[in-house]
Amino acid sequence: MGSSSSSVNHVPNAQELMQETGFSASQILRLYERFEFLDRDRTGGLSFQDLEALPHLSINPIGDRIIGAFFSQGQETVDFASFVRVLAHFRPVDSNRRDGAPQEQANSRTRKLKFAFQLYDQDKDGKISRAELLQVLRSMLGIQVTEEQLQSIAERAIQEADLDRDDAISFDEFKKSLEKVDIDHKMSIRILR
Amino acid sequence: MAALWTLWTLSFCLVWPSCWALTPAARLPQLHNPPTVLGLNGTDGSPSVDLPMALRVFSVDYHHVQAPFEIVLWIMLASLAKLGFHWSGRVPAVVPESCLLIMVGLLVGGVIYGVRHSAPPTLSADAFFLFLLPPIVLDAGYFLPGRLFFENLGTILWYAVLGTLWNVLGIGLSLYGVCLLAQSSLGDVSLLHCLLFGSLIAAVDPVAVLSVFQEMHVNDQLHILVFGESLLNDAVTVVLYKQIESFLRLPTVSGLDVLLGGCRVVVVGLGGLFVGLFFGLLAALTSRFTSRAQVIAPLFVFLYSYLSYLTSEMLHLSGIMAIVTCAVTMKQYVEANVSERSNTSIQYFLKMWSSVSETLIFIFLGVSTIQDVHMWSWPFVCSTLLLCLVWRATGVLLLTAVVNKLRRNAVTFRDQFIIAYGGLRGAICFSLVFLIDDFPKKRLFITTTIVVILFTVFVQGMTIKPLVELLDVKRKKRALPSVSEEIHSRLIDHLLAGIEDVVGYWGQHYWKDKFEQFNRKYLRRFLIREDHQARSSILRVYQELERREQRADEEAPSLVDPRSHSRPLLPEEMDSIRRILSRNLQSFNNKQTPAYSRHTLNQDANRARTKKPLHRHLSLGERYTFTQGEVGESSGSGRVRKGLCRSHTVCSISPRAVSQEPLVSTTSAQITDLSSSSAPREDAISPQHQAPGGGGAPKKHLSFVLENEKEQ
Repeated sequence: MGSSSSSVNHVPNAQELMQETGFSASQILRLYERFEFLDRDRTGGLSFQDLEALPHLSINPIGDRIIGAFFSQGQETVDFASFVRVLAHFRPVDSNRRDGAPQEQANSRTRKLKFAFQLYDQDKDGKISRAELLQVLRSMLGIQVTEEQLQSIAERAIQEADLDRDDAISFDEFKKSLEKVDIDHKMSIRILR
Repeated sequence: MAALWTLWTLSFCLVWPSCWALTPAARLPQLHNPPTVLGLNGTDGSPSVDLPMALRVFSVDYHHVQAPFEIVLWIMLASLAKLGFHWSGRVPAVVPESCLLIMVGLLVGGVIYGVRHSAPPTLSADAFFLFLLPPIVLDAGYFLPGRLFFENLGTILWYAVLGTLWNVLGIGLSLYGVCLLAQSSLGDVSLLHCLLFGSLIAAVDPVAVLSVFQEMHVNDQLHILVFGESLLNDAVTVVLYKQIESFLRLPTVSGLDVLLGGCRVVVVGLGGLFVGLFFGLLAALTSRFTSRAQVIAPLFVFLYSYLSYLTSEMLHLSGIMAIVTCAVTMKQYVEANVSERSNTSIQYFLKMWSSVSETLIFIFLGVSTIQDVHMWSWPFVCSTLLLCLVWRATGVLLLTAVVNKLRRNAVTFRDQFIIAYGGLRGAICFSLVFLIDDFPKKRLFITTTIVVILFTVFVQGMTIKPLVELLDVKRKKRALPSVSEEIHSRLIDHLLAGIEDVVGYWGQHYWKDKFEQFNRKYLRRFLIREDHQARSSILRVYQELERREQRADEEAPSLVDPRSHSRPLLPEEMDSIRRILSRNLQSFNNKQTPAYSRHTLNQDANRARTKKPLHRHLSLGERYTFTQGEVGESSGSGRVRKGLCRSHTVCSISPRAVSQEPLVSTTSAQITDLSSSSAPREDAISPQHQAPGGGGAPKKHLSFVLENEKEQ
């Protein structure tokens, strides 16, 4: 899909993005083509409707949250740089990259977890409150489960994770509850390597 | 248990008349109708007894009905045995149904052998290829889950085509090596014969195992891989078999012949595909006009499919490919065009016919096992058994190693083991071996095939579940994940799915999207009835919602009722929460398991257990049929209004963009379910939907629909 003859120089800020995110030139090019494909009205930025037009994303239970995560604070459209930065989180972790401290890379484990954390934490207060957890559970579990069951599940989740007893899950508690899960593998899209 | 004993008694009552019926005429006095006119007797050559008028009132003429009578008796026996089998407690979970059929066949074979001491009826090529094979393949093709199949098509083709070639060549060449080594006894088996044998023994039929799969928590992907592979593998096997058989008929086989043979295989496969497409589209078009003669609508499905099979057989193309393609093509349009009852009839008839076919083939198998025509050779039989296992295992391992690099969801070792070990041989192997042109070692081949089938079905079929559990146990050393882990993992799964949609697989979905557009714009308009088009698109989207669900085939989760928020939860409640999470986290309703099993329609199996969610799916269809004036399951004028306004609501939204339909249908599905259960629940849950309130377009859609409800 798309012609490979167009050079990466057409892409704005290509070099900076490559440096920042670790994508290769060909990947940046492909992402740019994808960006242009999604941007149907050719405004140079992706609006909410552009992303919503993806059929599977619209039936994804947390689809609206995912789309929302692309938009930076208060912005109406997603420009290419933000698009690439968000997708950089999902690059597979390459173990032999030496430049830059591992923690600062966009696809480090901490950054991946932070991205997932922000899906819960819509009001950006740094904690997942019980209400926020319930919202996510509701959208994921659908109608199968009654309100009481939802409450008890949320209750149990908070009980397990909440170590400082403030009835909310902070980012560190979130990280700790997922320490046994192989996030690097789970949150990576192989084709973005 | 009383029912079980009654059934067994019934079946024994049938066995004795069948024995009696199968005895040669000479052993019992037969009473015939004496010729009617003028007391002439013996003119037709049959033995007749000149009896007084009084006895003419009752007479028995068995020869008249012999052939159909025997067939019906066999089928009846097998069916009664199946009933008994399913009533016998835990047996069906452990023993595949194919085992039962083989045992019935052995029983019948034993009876016939004991009674007749002569050659039992044999299977002819025509009977098999024209009558027994098509129903089995049509059943498999019709119930193929289309979307899942096409998503995994590459992998399935990889396993089916390359895997089969690997098996055929491997087994064929190795057996030839064995024959060369055992020159004394097996010297006259040529290379071509070995290859022929290899091609027919490579035909895998894991349907037997699929019923046991249910118990093994086999995921969707593995299910479709195994099932799709067996289907295409049948097609490849039959084509190769016929090709090698035609080579056998040539005096010599040169390199050019092999090359032409290879080309021919490709042509045959593709040709079958096109024939199937043609007839599938014709069938879809015909079904559009069946609204006034609904009773014969199912007939068209069968007629067109069978016609496609026969046409491609006539042109020496692959009949299996044709019939499968025909079924897959016409399914979505026919299901949309035809009434619910016709759909049900189609499904039931397909299952019935394929079941009868398979039963007959296994009975032939049993019957031919117990006769004098065997030839045994230890090296040949044992090496065949060994080679089948070895080549299949190595084939699967190698192919998976390559294909995992290209797939998103890797095929795990457990999956590979199941694919390899679940490669049972079944009806097709047996039939193909019987149809070989006669040559000195044919009986050896038949014996070996029967041994392989019996071994794989009994030994492998019954041990696969314990072995897989053993594998699972080894991997479950770590503790069960905590609730938070499960929730967060599921969230991440959804997140990844969403991001993959955004990234778009570099255009992997490109062709699929193109096809969907073409489908929507042209095919559906042309092939689906006018008034069904809106409904069908909503139903399809609804089915698409079900696509991402996990299969939930156990009982509905029990209700957990915490009295206060800070009470620590009991282990049972913890268990039920865990069960809820692992099963329901991605579900919008309980997915109906695809009907892979030849022996059941899974919606029947699930119906008793999971009433409410299935009811929603059914009631969705019923609602729409209800609004078109037929009598559905709902009653009362209140629901009439709701049904009408719901379809009105949905239809008024349909001109909008596709992305918004799913949300609307979700909400309408939700509301449909609510009204099908009792009213207080509706009140309890509708505030729940309104409470999260603003933010995000989906919530706006919800309130839009709810407002519409209130207006009506």
